[in-house]
Amino acid sequence: MQFSLNALTRTACFLTAFAASTLAMAQQEIKIGVLYPLTGAAASTGAELKGALELAADIVNNGAKDIPELPFSGGGGLPNLKGAKIKLVFADHQGNPQIGATETERLITQEKVVAVVGAYFSNVTATSSQVAERYKVPYLNPDSSSTSLTARNFKWFYRITPHDDLFVYNFFEFFKDLEAKKAIKVGQIALFNENTLWGNETAKLENKLAEERGVNVVKSISYPAKSTQLTSEIQSLKSGKPQVVLQSSYLGDAILAMKTYKELNFSPDMILANNAGFTDTEFIRTLGQDADHIITREVWSLDLAKSKPLIGQVNELFRSRYKVNFTGNSSRTFTGLLTLADAINRAGSTEPEAIRKALSETNIDGKNTIMPWKGIKFDQQGQNTLGSGILVQIVNGKYHTIWPFNLATRDVIWPMPKWVQ
Amino acid sequence: MTSEIIIQTLASGLLIGLIYALIAIGLTLIFGVMDIVNFSHGEFLMLGMYCSFWLYAIYHLDPLYTLPLTAILLFGVGAIVYRVVIKKIIDAPMLSQIFTTFGLMILFRGLAQFLWKPDFRTVGNSVVSGTVSLSGIQIGLPQLTAGVGAILVTLGIYLFLTKTRTGAALEATAADKEAARLMGIDSQRMFTLAWGVGAACAGVAGGLLSTFFPIFPEIGANFILTAFVVVNLGGFGSVVGALIAGILVGVIEVMGGFFLGPQYKMGIVLCLFLAVLMFRPQGLMGKV
Repeated sequence: MQFSLNALTRTACFLTAFAASTLAMAQQEIKIGVLYPLTGAAASTGAELKGALELAADIVNNGAKDIPELPFSGGGGLPNLKGAKIKLVFADHQGNPQIGATETERLITQEKVVAVVGAYFSNVTATSSQVAERYKVPYLNPDSSSTSLTARNFKWFYRITPHDDLFVYNFFEFFKDLEAKKAIKVGQIALFNENTLWGNETAKLENKLAEERGVNVVKSISYPAKSTQLTSEIQSLKSGKPQVVLQSSYLGDAILAMKTYKELNFSPDMILANNAGFTDTEFIRTLGQDADHIITREVWSLDLAKSKPLIGQVNELFRSRYKVNFTGNSSRTFTGLLTLADAINRAGSTEPEAIRKALSETNIDGKNTIMPWKGIKFDQQGQNTLGSGILVQIVNGKYHTIWPFNLATRDVIWPMPKWVQ
Repeated sequence: MTSEIIIQTLASGLLIGLIYALIAIGLTLIFGVMDIVNFSHGEFLMLGMYCSFWLYAIYHLDPLYTLPLTAILLFGVGAIVYRVVIKKIIDAPMLSQIFTTFGLMILFRGLAQFLWKPDFRTVGNSVVSGTVSLSGIQIGLPQLTAGVGAILVTLGIYLFLTKTRTGAALEATAADKEAARLMGIDSQRMFTLAWGVGAACAGVAGGLLSTFFPIFPEIGANFILTAFVVVNLGGFGSVVGALIAGILVGVIEVMGGFFLGPQYKMGIVLCLFLAVLMFRPQGLMGKV
């Protein structure tokens, strides 16, 4: 009796100590700063990205038992950091590069985050990553595609998405395939872009590639994203009689442009959009049938779940929480946080230099991501070399992968019907 | 370049110009009567749009039919804003007044975002939809309706100011507050009226815009700069000036954009604005 009581006391002590220590471990949190437009014109996009990040953090912290291919699906935090949980600290840059920079400074100096994820708008990413570089804090960018971002030779900047060079290159590859496979020749294009860093750089590249490929650019028009009307812009486009319009717009101006196309009865063979506004959930919801047949470049599409079930499974998790599907933006941001978590875990430390080193050694197989990529592996400049783009077409209010032709789930409809029909 | 394109462009400019004018009339009225620059004016426009949207979404009422309701509601909002906030700062230094209306702007935007989320909304099936074709020129029916509506409301405001006793009292207060008070005009009532009518103008403009423009909390920002240019150009406090300047800005913006390149369109408008300020600082129709 004496013995067993003693054993009982010892066991109890041991258990209490164990519980206390696991509790202490569980309480350890790794703060990651997150910088997105939570208010302002792009707030609806920001809200979706926030949801994607919260889901990713939740998977790391609490697991997603039925999806073993996904990293950290076992839950329980980061194993190499004694099960430390991820805590996201949100900051709102309102689409303003200046606010982006000051908020990043706040995240780093006051919130003491170990890394920053952001910031959707390329121009905000440009200023905010500069701050992170100065403070020597790793900055992971999942979703800004401006090429110049990884051409700055920053030491602390990592980007998982392919950049605009590659996306624009994809447009022209698509033209080439279209001619080879379907005998459709695109010879006359017009460029239509909003005039911040992103739109202008895209247009510059499109011009360059068009020249190299012998495609005639009949009009090149840029406009301020906060336009109250786009009549003169689109009238001008129309007068150039392009076969295809290559368009880079955010949500508000994308919707306004579509309405004006219809009003002015401007019917090119195709509008080839550069993602952003055209892939926002609100785009189809707002325009309904008028959104049909637009082709946009993407990095992700739900119909790819047919060949890669992981995409469908994770999307289901997202949809059950937020009542919307992933988009190219939110899927990349989701992947971004898991990539960062993977690096912090491998670093086994919250030291910035250790995380940076781990990031540069990242090697995630494509089959463990929800992206149609070969994987994630960064080059010297912090650019993921294994990413790629796809093209999707809206048919009956849904996005269907139409290019590369080997991934296509649907044949391309070309040209798009005229408005008057 | 055919004459068709020019007429088409002209028509588009004219129609958007009329909307600019209607928004600006509300702004110029408030300024004219009490010398306060209302930075939250764009938010009245936004509230007008949401008002139309919710009446449409919940009760399936077309924005066109609910315009009177929108006008009354926004009149109420304007009057309340005056009574609760503006009344207290009426004699405050100009800087305080600017900060107050600027604060209201942020408050309204924040509130809209909180209440209705930052999502983009649109009125899907208005009775005015589609385009009309007039000898080869395509005009969106919603834009046409909005333009005609803006003319009617402007005319109404003009008649109210020039033909009614209340309108005359409002004009008198605008001309000289003290003298008007000595003549027995209740200036508090006039100020409330000015804010009510001003907000209602923006609200109606919002209702008209809602049939073809996406609705979101930040929408006011898109229009407010143009509205200020229109008010300045037309002359602070002048309703007729705002109408002329609104049309002028709309047409120049679209035509200039088409002929010289869209990237210059705002520049052209602002150049004209500067030119007017240099040679007629009081604006086109402003009094010296």
